[in-house]
Amino acid sequence: MNNQQDPWTLGGHAFTSRFILGSGKYSLDLIKAAVEQAGAQMITLALRRASQGGKDNILDYVPPGVTLLPNTSGARTAAEAVRIARLARELGCGDFIKIEVIRDAKYLLPDNYETVKATEILAREGFVVMPYMYPDLNAARDLVSAGAACVMPLAAPIGSNRGICARDFIEILIREIDLPIIVDAGIGKPSQACEVMEMGAAAVMVNTAIATAGDVPVMAAAFKLAIEAGRSAYLSGLGRVLANSASASSPLTGFLREGEESGE
Amino acid sequence: MLTVNGTELNFSEQQTLSQLLEAQGYEENRIVVELNAAIIPKAEYRRTILQDGDAVEVLNFVGGG
Repeated sequence: MNNQQDPWTLGGHAFTSRFILGSGKYSLDLIKAAVEQAGAQMITLALRRASQGGKDNILDYVPPGVTLLPNTSGARTAAEAVRIARLARELGCGDFIKIEVIRDAKYLLPDNYETVKATEILAREGFVVMPYMYPDLNAARDLVSAGAACVMPLAAPIGSNRGICARDFIEILIREIDLPIIVDAGIGKPSQACEVMEMGAAAVMVNTAIATAGDVPVMAAAFKLAIEAGRSAYLSGLGRVLANSASASSPLTGFLREGEESGE
Repeated sequence: MLTVNGTELNFSEQQTLSQLLEAQGYEENRIVVELNAAIIPKAEYRRTILQDGDAVEVLNFVGGG
């Protein structure tokens, strides 16, 4: 499937790539190559105190035309997330915002309640709100009501590379929520990205799995292929599963042993 | 006294926000500024006269997931 024929939209913006790239934990020099190899049309950024003296700025390393997705990392409350979002918008890079509200310091699990509150405020202010959340159906429904543009459940604790720990609950969101489900956090390798796309996720966001890989651009390319493969498989419809029997893939000729079945 | 990103600096009379940012080496089109917790639009940098005790936050984008 050519992804040009399979666009999706977020907040009225159309995308053909279903790979959202994180930019944390690797060198600015690698960002351009990672974006290109990923074929990514959206990249996340964080907002921090600026260092004096015009040091290297990440905006100079992001290829033109890539949508910037600032996050609210560091926020522990809805109010702090709202403050960061407004600051990010003032930088003049668009209306997209990924809400991240985290109070738990050990597992870094998102606080769904504060996330819903921030979503409501920012959606009203015209932001395209992309909330990172713990995969809970009730909270996801609240995010829809609050005006979210998508829902971004974690697969596993952020930065852990542990894979799809929350599989069953992500599947529930995919089935029940009528917004793009973007699996974010914990995806550790391309096969896992492929798997959530096969499940019907609209897109995948990856950072640490690429940042901690042996070769950042090569791993970005591997994820691109996996995400495209998973999407094509989903669109195709997976083959059926037989729980308690088998089915020969080769024709049963029966010429060797009259009356017996042949194998594969 | 001024506080800029948590560091205390000497206060000088009649200094604009724009002058402070330039003296500190910040590139205006890459930053966003809060003055006493209120966002200051870029167009206001030259018109904003700093007062003794002001707290300035200067932020920019960095890598993040």
